[in-house]
Amino acid sequence: MSEGAAADRDPGLQPERTRLAWRRTTLSGTVSAVLAVKTALHGGPSPAALVACALCCALWLAFLYLAHRRIRTLSSSDTPPTLTPRAATTAVLCTVAMAVCGAALVF
Amino acid sequence: MIDFARNVRVWFAPEEVRQEGRTPDYRFSLANERTFLAWLRTALALIGGGFAVDQFLPDLRWGWRVGLALALLAAGVLCSLRAVNHWVRCERAMRRGEDLPVSRFPALLSVVVAVVAVAMVFVVLVGWEG
Repeated sequence: MSEGAAADRDPGLQPERTRLAWRRTTLSGTVSAVLAVKTALHGGPSPAALVACALCCALWLAFLYLAHRRIRTLSSSDTPPTLTPRAATTAVLCTVAMAVCGAALVF
Repeated sequence: MIDFARNVRVWFAPEEVRQEGRTPDYRFSLANERTFLAWLRTALALIGGGFAVDQFLPDLRWGWRVGLALALLAAGVLCSLRAVNHWVRCERAMRRGEDLPVSRFPALLSVVVAVVAVAMVFVVLVGWEG
């Protein structure tokens, strides 16, 4: 490691920590999605169950894409731009949609 | 309530946040983002817990099982909505140079989690016997 690179980098490793936070959150989302799919397919593969299953997978993919895009932005520069409210809202809406899907399945 | 409606508008209109005040140190924004993600993980864990109650406690009576699962799912929804709302409020306060907003949500959530935990103990003891 050269002297210049060490000086450029944030000693608190903020972008890296934020990147890992996105990874952790994606992992939590994966666990939720797997449990959702298990719930959906519990009573055998009926059409409604398959639709719910596909929906949960789509929500998970959307979240994955969002996280991936943000991680790329974070690693692209030394002073990354702020998270946009739209991305934050989309991530939250994915979560909410999964919960609503779950409520429908459980009920 | 009016504040909340205003915040909801900002969720979908990123330009409005950027117009106010001046951009804070990127490290503060990233810290705010990580707090947001931590709350989102809490929400996802609650939602996962809702699914888990439904799947892994099949011997419980229907009412208890569905009630607990729905309560956990609802708590997850609340938690995630609050996550984005608090993130927007913090971001805005930082841009304006104001104090960060205070919130009684963490206390509320911990009380709810404690109540659900006690309910679980009760349900597992009683539900399996009856």
